[in-house]
Amino acid sequence: MADTDRQLLLGNMACIRGAIYAGMRFFAGYPITPSTEVAEGCARELPKIGGKFIQMEDELGSMAAIVGASMAGLKSMTATSGPGYSLMVENIGYAYMVEVPCVVVNVQRGGPSTGLPTKASQSDTMQARWGPHGDYTAITIAPSTVAEIITETIRAFNLAERFRTPVTVLLDESLSHMRAMVSLPKPGEYEVIDRVKPTCDPADYVPFGPTENGVNPMPSYGEGYRYYVTGLTHDVMGFPTNRPDEIVPKMDKLKHKIEDYKEEIFKLRVEKMEDAEIALISYGSVSRAALLAVTLARQADVKVGFIQLHTIWPFAQEQLRDLCQNCSKVIVGELNMGQIVHEVECALPPEIEVHRLQRYDGEILTPTQFLDKLEEVL
Amino acid sequence: MTTATKETTPKQKSDVVLHYLRPKKNFPHVWCSGCGIGVVMGTLVRAIDKLGLSRDEVVLVSGIGCTSRLPVYLDFNALHTTHGRALPFATGVKFARPGMKVIVITGDGDALAIGGNHFIHACRRNIDITAILINNYIYGMTGGQGSPTTPSNAFSTTTPYGNVEKHFDPCELAKAAGATYVARTTVYHTPQMEKNIISAVEHHGFSLVEVVSNCHTYYGRLNRQGDAPSMLRWFKEKSIMLSKAKKMTEEELQDKFVIGVLHRADKTEFCDEYQKVVDAHQGEK
Repeated sequence: MADTDRQLLLGNMACIRGAIYAGMRFFAGYPITPSTEVAEGCARELPKIGGKFIQMEDELGSMAAIVGASMAGLKSMTATSGPGYSLMVENIGYAYMVEVPCVVVNVQRGGPSTGLPTKASQSDTMQARWGPHGDYTAITIAPSTVAEIITETIRAFNLAERFRTPVTVLLDESLSHMRAMVSLPKPGEYEVIDRVKPTCDPADYVPFGPTENGVNPMPSYGEGYRYYVTGLTHDVMGFPTNRPDEIVPKMDKLKHKIEDYKEEIFKLRVEKMEDAEIALISYGSVSRAALLAVTLARQADVKVGFIQLHTIWPFAQEQLRDLCQNCSKVIVGELNMGQIVHEVECALPPEIEVHRLQRYDGEILTPTQFLDKLEEVL
Repeated sequence: MTTATKETTPKQKSDVVLHYLRPKKNFPHVWCSGCGIGVVMGTLVRAIDKLGLSRDEVVLVSGIGCTSRLPVYLDFNALHTTHGRALPFATGVKFARPGMKVIVITGDGDALAIGGNHFIHACRRNIDITAILINNYIYGMTGGQGSPTTPSNAFSTTTPYGNVEKHFDPCELAKAAGATYVARTTVYHTPQMEKNIISAVEHHGFSLVEVVSNCHTYYGRLNRQGDAPSMLRWFKEKSIMLSKAKKMTEEELQDKFVIGVLHRADKTEFCDEYQKVVDAHQGEK
């Protein structure tokens, strides 16, 4: 990669730029369209900075390897698409349970099953929240431009390290294969968060004990803190338990360490909502079309506003309710048959009409489609 | 390994296992009385002690099953993972920190059924990991179902009329897939097992130690092989050292366990080869 401030960058390569900036030094992956360039780019770039790349035998192994590497102290990432993400959910669930920071990039394509390998989709929105079995709280973020892929991937790593949890970055085919001129992040320009390490005597280390914010300091292998790590529900020492009085604190911790600090995780872009009577709500690549539609509609004096969810999960229920309190209608645009729209319907009071603009033919939503929908519902 | 210090060896041989038990872990353990897994645990500890490894540099990685519960009792770094995935987790640990001694504790179902793909690819990469595969021919934890090593015609709860399938030979599989150290032993042959584990950990590359073990609770009961002592007797009688086996016909070796170091090869190791790539390209733009 040339060392200039501005560069024409493929979406998938922007993801690598952000990840390396955030300190990613380990990538394990398996080829799958449309995410393959992330693996290829990591194979090229990581040796140059002393990092590690491995092509695993499948996505089950890829996810396992990045959790192992993170336990060994390296910031780690994998990238895949829907069919691979479906395989990864097994060990994403493991990462939730054992509280291991890592980043999973899902470049979405159409589904179910093998679906539409070369077409855009946002149909894994709910899988990112509810993929693995069991109860847990997920963090998922969705950039909408190539530049945002860089900054949001940095944010994904920061959130993973801050909360000791896997973070999913949802891209889609249209975005990951888009090229754009972007400013590369300069050293020191963005904050980079590293996991907190224990400073206590190893004999006093309580790996999963209660802490002020629910997040435990995390040692790397070889640093003298020899503790037990299991996907079985465990007590504060990490040992398997069936005791209700130990199960409940563990489960509550998984939830509260994230949900009690949601304000740190939420990120919304809000435009022209002050006097808006109708709001276009979107995330990911669809936000590009929505933003242009708002600009064009405003020129025609339509009082329409724009809300983009950079953070999808946890869902910004209260913020959305506050932002839309003076609206009579909202339009939720997404590349699926209706996923985040259910959350919007739950968030908003019943007097606000929730309209759906959905596309699931593999093509992207256009500004014209938003404008047509606006005309239809107004 | 800045924080690692060499451990002091306990004076009494009988103290060795106690010395390495994890503090704060409550007993009893999960295994049935007489289970061979405990024998492997004791032997593993004695091997590690003789190797003089620091506890901090050892990572025990396991999957799911009776065997995979082993790391909870020992005072090493531990990663008890998902079913069949111990090897890819271990690959992540080893590749990220090549200085660590990574030992995978796995069973026949874990390594060869659900984890079969990971098993052959770990062998193929020749990554410096030691896998100890405790082969008891059955799924113990879930109550006695047939596994990929259950012999033809043998009984299990899922082969109630006798197993119609063929079984895997883990050692042949590992050898064919590219492992560079392959040994088979049994829970009866503990001095040999100790030697095998020591040389497997010392070996630089992927090493497999298959330990034939007794699940008298399920395999023994369903196949009328009796209790733990009678299964151990069976292992003793059916085991043939490799040197002796070489002089025997295939027919004579039917239903026998050939034990010993079955395969050794000298091949480049994965982490070393990758480091060469890093050395050649580090600093490039």
